Amino acid sequence: MNAPISSFTPSVLAESAAARVSLTAPCARMSLRARGDLAPLNTALGLTLPVRIGQRAQAGDCQALCLGPDEWMLQAPETLAPGIQAACDDVYGVLPHSLVDVSGREVTFALDGPRAVDLLTLGMPRNPDSIAVGEGRRINFDGVTVVLWRDGETAFRMDVWHSFAPHLLHLLETGVRELAAEAA
Amino acid sequence: MLLIHCPYCDETLPEAEFTYAGQAHVIRPEDPSGQSDDQWQEFLFIRENPKGPHYERWRHFHGCGRFFNAVRDTVSDKFLTTYKAGAPRPDLSSLTEGLK
Repeated sequence: MNAPISSFTPSVLAESAAARVSLTAPCARMSLRARGDLAPLNTALGLTLPVRIGQRAQAGDCQALCLGPDEWMLQAPETLAPGIQAACDDVYGVLPHSLVDVSGREVTFALDGPRAVDLLTLGMPRNPDSIAVGEGRRINFDGVTVVLWRDGETAFRMDVWHSFAPHLLHLLETGVRELAAEAA
Repeated sequence: MLLIHCPYCDETLPEAEFTYAGQAHVIRPEDPSGQSDDQWQEFLFIRENPKGPHYERWRHFHGCGRFFNAVRDTVSDKFLTTYKAGAPRPDLSSLTEGLK
């Protein structure tokens, strides 16, 4: 289920002096929807689900990003997924929720390099600096809905649905070359 | 490009992240089968077409995904306010006061 369907494999896909785009290793991705008092889920997950849109929380290798008022994206190593699912199933009676494994849906591009922010402006109508380090957002990138995680000043992760990945990769490849040519 | 304030994200963001979703505060009748054809036609098809402030729905499609309501002036394209779905219709006089 979690096997990469896209034609490219985890590696560096485009690189220049300006920026680098690589594909990360597959991980477990879970979409969580819940309303009301989140305490039972917080206990089950071992972290406090952030309530402001864009905020992130982390417990060990499990990361949670608040995407909407009642929506979170969880990412963790594949080995942890069954445990997370079981822990959340246990509190279903107390707090009905929806936890769906969407691991096979997306691939993640890691973007870094000195001009990673400029690279993002190629497809992103909003200001990348409006996303603080350690936060994330669901955004529009060249017409495609993607989830962007900002891990550092110039380090980002972009979750892209499989079918859109080749299109966005072409755009990013062009951008990586262009930004390097600009500097030369 | 228009900048739209999403009441859920509490951020002012480019129009490209949003989609328009028609007139706001169109209430579906409690008992649809009790409606006459004229009432049903009114509900389905008849919309306002104001020159000036318009109550309308928007969706933060490439973002939190939420529908919300807005008041936009159809002449100037200026957003007077945005508010969460389900919130009461804001009074127009309080919105236009600052514009005079």
